[in-house]
Amino acid sequence: MRTLPPDDPTLTLFSILREDGTADPQQDAFLPRETLLAMYAQMLRIRRIDERMLGKQRQGKVGFYGTITGQEATPVATGLSLSPEDWVFPALREAAVMLVRGFPLSTWLAQVYGNEADILKGRQMPSHQSGRAVNQVAWSSCIGPQIPQAVGAAMAAKARGDRSVSVGFMGDGATSQPDFHAAMTMAGIHRPPVVLICQNNHWSISVPTEKQTASATLAVKAHAYGLRGVRVDGNDVLAVHHVVKEAVDRARDGGGPTFIESLTYRMGPHSSSDDPTRYRSQEEVETWAKRDPIARLERYLRTAEILDDATLEGLEAGIRAELDAALAEVEELGPPARATVFEDVFAALPPHLQRQQAQFLAMPPAQLAHH
Amino acid sequence: MREITYRDALKEAMAEEMERDPRVFVMGEEVGYYQGAYKVTRGLLEQFGPERVIDAPIAEAGFAGVGVGAAMTGLRPVIEFMTWNFSLVAFDQIVNNAAKMYQMSAGQFSVPIVFRGPNASARQVGSQHSHAVEPFYCNVPGLHVVYPSTPRDAKGLLKTAIRGSNPVVFLEGETLYGAKGLVPEVAEDETIPFGKARIAREGKDATVVVWGRPTPAVLEVAEKFAREGIELEVIDPRTLRPLDTDSIVASVKKTHRCVVVHEHWPFGGPGAEIVDRVQREAFDHLDAPVLRATNLDVPMPYAAGLETQVIVGADRIEAAIRKVLYLG
Ligand SMILES: Cc1ncc(C[n+]2csc(CCOP(=O)(O)OP(=O)(O)O)c2C)c(N)n1
Repeated sequence: MRTLPPDDPTLTLFSILREDGTADPQQDAFLPRETLLAMYAQMLRIRRIDERMLGKQRQGKVGFYGTITGQEATPVATGLSLSPEDWVFPALREAAVMLVRGFPLSTWLAQVYGNEADILKGRQMPSHQSGRAVNQVAWSSCIGPQIPQAVGAAMAAKARGDRSVSVGFMGDGATSQPDFHAAMTMAGIHRPPVVLICQNNHWSISVPTEKQTASATLAVKAHAYGLRGVRVDGNDVLAVHHVVKEAVDRARDGGGPTFIESLTYRMGPHSSSDDPTRYRSQEEVETWAKRDPIARLERYLRTAEILDDATLEGLEAGIRAELDAALAEVEELGPPARATVFEDVFAALPPHLQRQQAQFLAMPPAQLAHH
Repeated sequence: MREITYRDALKEAMAEEMERDPRVFVMGEEVGYYQGAYKVTRGLLEQFGPERVIDAPIAEAGFAGVGVGAAMTGLRPVIEFMTWNFSLVAFDQIVNNAAKMYQMSAGQFSVPIVFRGPNASARQVGSQHSHAVEPFYCNVPGLHVVYPSTPRDAKGLLKTAIRGSNPVVFLEGETLYGAKGLVPEVAEDETIPFGKARIAREGKDATVVVWGRPTPAVLEVAEKFAREGIELEVIDPRTLRPLDTDSIVASVKKTHRCVVVHEHWPFGGPGAEIVDRVQREAFDHLDAPVLRATNLDVPMPYAAGLETQVIVGADRIEAAIRKVLYLG
């Protein structure tokens, strides 16, 4: 049996930015100013969207909302590492990758409301956004199925002979599912251009990662499946960007799949229906607050004189204006037309649904009341 | 009798059976420390400890299989699914293993296991979280399928399920957990037999068969008809497998009309099974075709305004009843 050296990249934690915001000079890639600012702006944008939308949930304007506060670095770094033809298979915390890839905010928000501007016709829960325009597929609400789907999409790219890459996401809890095992197994055997990213945010609702697995790290599992594995500081956007970009570029060039564990922390509740104070300590939350990915990059950018108060104010104002405008566009819209519930079940409306639809439309709409 | 919630009735059933029989244990996601996603297992960890109230990783196929293995070798697992939707990833363990083991081993290995959790729609959680799974499991020989609509039935049926020697699919109404009802004192140790329907309301003009979540809606509709002088007989079969055909047929022979109300999709399933049995066994007594009021035959939307249209509600229930009564 081969023993892993203690500096194996699946056992260590790759990072560039230190907690105080200074960068490790050995690792700093000195990315262009625009890239750095884009990283910062996108993370800030997602945080502000989450804050505003959680508020809407609290006011009863949307039924459910899951924030990704504290975990912005991975979706942003991934979004910035992909090409337009690439595919994204998110889990619960990566719906915003498509925003980073240019999907319009108002359309994305309409999916949270499930209203008549929603291109998914009111069918998906919030945190399940998707859009063909950016090749992003919504996860199925069950933990795990998107992981082998990402491998399948990559196998299809390989079969077609094009250069697109597919990225599949999961939380730490998802690594307990058979789908994870099957995805890793097949990625190892077929070596398609896929990058599988596990955001280890330490919790699966109330279950800590230690109760999910006895494995030393999640990244180390890559070895058993014959995959390249890397463990990265998920609150260090420079490090995540470095690792993800390298994995994506390698996959695109035929270098095979990578499994990445991005170590982070879910600062907020699991979703709007959860109260995390019941199962985790305030000290733990405070420790992680000090590692906040946005604050860390901000310190770095200020030291490098890429960001100052005026730039920051400009960014905040821009985000606020974008969010206000997008909300104004979609917030007051009604639900999709009720006849739409029969659409898209099959490619064409079959006779039995035509009959049901006719009967249904002949009755007055049901009142909005539940038992 | 005292008034308790459906949720607490289920909890009491588990606690009493665990007290009574050291072979009984509970396992599932967040059942222990978190007290259950819907708080059904509240207090069990404190009372029975982590050896008998086991928090499982997110691996339904895995812990369902662990339960089957433990059941075959002498324990009595109660496996909680956070919702029945997630049982779909454990389908093989339930259908191919729990349900078949006894028969395939010619009676050598029995699987006394209860799979339980919330079923059907739960308010704006989208199609993949809103399945009414009873047709999937009712189709499988070897499984009992139970779906109580009151706290008393929930408790008595769960106790029977845990004491029995067959695998049981125990469905709970997600929106019924908070419902209150009268339940016998603990000392009475009431169990409710499988295959025995409950007459939820007596009447003479038409029979309505309903189980689980839509039952309160049907009872409200029956009140409304009563104000018009029409008396509906509401029958809750309580267990879908075994199904108490006799009680349903006896009622139809009295009322001559029948409507079946269910939340599962209209294609097949226990709803269609009941219609089939009624037409075979009470054909000459029927004054109208047997009708069903069901969810629409489409996946559940997320948007509140659409979800209400898809779930079977008072409007479609009432329309079907009026139709069998030829009230236009
Ligand atoms: C098959 C399945 N089982 C259970 C659930 C309920 N559930 C939703 S999210 C979640 C926790 C997921 O944890 P993790 O994968 O670590 O992702 P995180 O939410 O922490 O990002 C659970 C158990 C589900 N959606 N699907």
